[in-house]
Amino acid sequence: MGCGTSVGTETQGQKVKTDESVVKTTNPALTMKAAVLIQQWYRRYMARLEMRRRYTWNIFQSIEYAGEQDQLQLSSFFTFMLDNFTQLNGNGPDLISQLLDPVVDPWLDRESSYSQILVPDSYTGPRLSFPLSVSDTNALLCAFKEQQTLHAKYLLQLLYETKKLLKQMPNIIQLSTSYIKDITICGDLHGRLDDLLLIFYKNGLPSADTPYVFNGDFVDRGKKSVEVIILLFAFLLLYPDHVHLNRGNHEDHIMNLRYGFTKEVMQKYKTHGHEILPLFQDIFSLLPVATVIDGKILIVHGGISDETDLDFLSSIERHKLKSALRFPRCSFEQLDISQSYRKTKRLKSGNSSHSSSNSSRNQSKNQKRSNQRNTQRGLRRQESNSSASSSSSSSSSSSSSLCSPRTPSCLSPHPCHPSPSLPNTVNIQHMPFLDSLLSARQPSPSQRREREWKQIVDILWSDPKTQEGCSPNTFRGGGCYFGPDITQKLLLQHGLQLLIRSHECKQEGYELCHGGQVITLFSASNYYEEGSNRGAYIKLGRELVPRFYQYQVSRTTRKLTLTQRVRAAESSAFRALKEKLFSHRSELMSGFQQFDQNNTGVVSVSDWAEVLESVLRLDLPWRTLRPHLCRLAADGSVEYNSCFEDMGTGVSLPQVTPNLAETLFRFRTDIEIIFNIIDKDHSGLISNEEFRQTWRLFSAHLGVDIDDRAIDDLARSIDFNKDGSIDFTEFLEAFRVVHKLDSKDPHLSGK
Amino acid sequence: MAEGIQRADISASDVHSLHKRVKDAFQAFDYEMNNTVDVREITTIIYSLGCFPSQKDIHEFIAELEEDHTGSVHLDKFLPVMTNVLMEHKFPSIPEDVLIQAFEVLDKDSKGYLDSEEMVELMTKEGESFTQDEMTEMLMALADHERRIYYKDIICQLTFDQEI
Repeated sequence: MGCGTSVGTETQGQKVKTDESVVKTTNPALTMKAAVLIQQWYRRYMARLEMRRRYTWNIFQSIEYAGEQDQLQLSSFFTFMLDNFTQLNGNGPDLISQLLDPVVDPWLDRESSYSQILVPDSYTGPRLSFPLSVSDTNALLCAFKEQQTLHAKYLLQLLYETKKLLKQMPNIIQLSTSYIKDITICGDLHGRLDDLLLIFYKNGLPSADTPYVFNGDFVDRGKKSVEVIILLFAFLLLYPDHVHLNRGNHEDHIMNLRYGFTKEVMQKYKTHGHEILPLFQDIFSLLPVATVIDGKILIVHGGISDETDLDFLSSIERHKLKSALRFPRCSFEQLDISQSYRKTKRLKSGNSSHSSSNSSRNQSKNQKRSNQRNTQRGLRRQESNSSASSSSSSSSSSSSSLCSPRTPSCLSPHPCHPSPSLPNTVNIQHMPFLDSLLSARQPSPSQRREREWKQIVDILWSDPKTQEGCSPNTFRGGGCYFGPDITQKLLLQHGLQLLIRSHECKQEGYELCHGGQVITLFSASNYYEEGSNRGAYIKLGRELVPRFYQYQVSRTTRKLTLTQRVRAAESSAFRALKEKLFSHRSELMSGFQQFDQNNTGVVSVSDWAEVLESVLRLDLPWRTLRPHLCRLAADGSVEYNSCFEDMGTGVSLPQVTPNLAETLFRFRTDIEIIFNIIDKDHSGLISNEEFRQTWRLFSAHLGVDIDDRAIDDLARSIDFNKDGSIDFTEFLEAFRVVHKLDSKDPHLSGK
Repeated sequence: MAEGIQRADISASDVHSLHKRVKDAFQAFDYEMNNTVDVREITTIIYSLGCFPSQKDIHEFIAELEEDHTGSVHLDKFLPVMTNVLMEHKFPSIPEDVLIQAFEVLDKDSKGYLDSEEMVELMTKEGESFTQDEMTEMLMALADHERRIYYKDIICQLTFDQEI
């Protein structure tokens, strides 16, 4: 065989052709040169692959953070509804009572019905007997591997027993290491049963010899949150001295509404879900918030702030904080003052919010990402009016504001439509925003409660940053960014040497920062997509030196090459990104058209990138990503229509205007949550009237100018069988983004 | 745009585009958001921008750019140097046919493929040796079920389109 191509400038060795074969003798220098060339080429390929992996990671993270923003959106909507609920009196749906289901103190016992539930003989799943034994936990493990569901009767009993146990526990658990056995610490699991099983497989089941600490976020996002939490509670009951659970920010019923746990419970437990969910609520608020090992290592889910005080934290009645997204109840009189106070403040717009936001942005860790938070959705908004405004005291206490006042325009309720009466009948303060002036004027019992709330929220929501200092975590809308000096100070203050926390996904499953004083530990591998990241756990012995164990769950038995993994993750990331583009189509198109006055259908790459950046507010390398997102014309300019080419709607609804469709796409998740709330009996149906009211309210809050008639038409057209009720699963299906070139439909929410 | 004509007419917008590309690649490794990267990532960054320097080239590059003894490189230094490299196409990539010749040199018996064992021997003993991980990954990606690497086939599999 000869080379078809011309020889390079190198001199080749002698070629000696015999009849049978070609024998080449090459000189060693040439061999080496050839080897080097191949190595370089290969390394370059791997570097390009690594870069693609990194970009893919950035895409997932940007979209996730942008999604967290939406969470704040929902909180503010709840507030808005509260403020405006008088409008709903009479004909409207009883939204407020739905939302604010009377907050039963989690400490109190709920009526137990599990003893009356009959388990049919046809049920082949585990039948638990309390107190639990190893055979029960083994039965659960087997059952879940076989995709079985635990019967509601046993789940309820499990939850009641867990609640009883947790009531006895302090806020901060103190543990000791021993010479014989190591303590295993796990981070976020997020409903990933496979990861939990893999950890058990590699490390051993929880037992007296194998103690575990699980550091929060057991549920939401993953599809097996129920199974994960059942296992964790079962082992907790079985080995209460050797299994420890810290609360995470997702052990929170409002988060569960949005991120999938509530939905999963309702789907798996249609009949008893309404009894199961409140129990979970209670239990979550009864989970301890911190664990300390040998008085030296602090384990919390999120992080700390400059105000974190472990002694104070120990003294709090933790169960009073059911959800981080709800300020604790105030008494009636206090409410009066606050309401009128907020009304007057509303009239002043917060211009100071901008200037204070600039200084904090420089401090905040993710400088680039902070730009995302000033999301202009292109819809009319009012300036934020709560807490941020003019007063000087607001800047100091707004440091813990759950919804940062510094994100202008997108988050706040409108000025109140003049309503004749103050909502005197409202006896629950539902205020996600920390209103500094409210606290300044209140007598101390409420101040203390505010302090308590902040202590816990900081523990559950904070993130470390590289710069010194402590600034509000405006990204997440709760907790702080804490710098190495804050860590140092806290560790010194309490005689600690290490902080282990979770809360953030890391590519390698763990990451050190603050000079090794902080470890982030994340145990859900492939969090964004198959191949996106590893999971990790830590083992600690008497010497208190953490040892890291990494793993990655693989759906296929065949080991994937890096190339394959990157490709899979990449395609998923781009799919998600394209959906973002699609759901902002109108704004993008008008942006493009501004650069294309002559309607040629093309713009330059720079202009294209500029439009994307300003509309989507995702800090991504658009030019590098461009080939995956749209086409170029012959002259190198971008055909911007091609961005939306292979995307479409699920079902075509004839009377939906593009504007409405887009808005619905964008807020699908929020709408779903609201529907779930309205649909009190979890039937999957809401009345046309309820839909109309809700939609009007939501769009008023968003400042979207939607014609009433359009909404009515929409309601009518969605009511497919014309029986006066809307199957909102169908509705959501209609507004799911479909990738036309796909044979299967993609996952969208609740990965 | 400078399409196929003398490069002398590089416009301001081209430079701007190049700057953006370099910055994007750089910032992908800028973990602390302070416009510095670890010097060990420089190679990856340069490769990903489509350049093909040798080890020697890289060493010189780094020597020029590294902030004394900090182990990091700042964007302010990297940007102009790298932009220049891109504009002058300083380290062009290897054409496929040269690559094939390189394989053929190594394929002493002219079989058309290399056995995994041969590959391991060559890549780990010769030239700028592979690490164990690199070797494993390469074999997994390129060898077929008979543990052979048919080099002509795999080459098109593993090359990228050039941007700009």
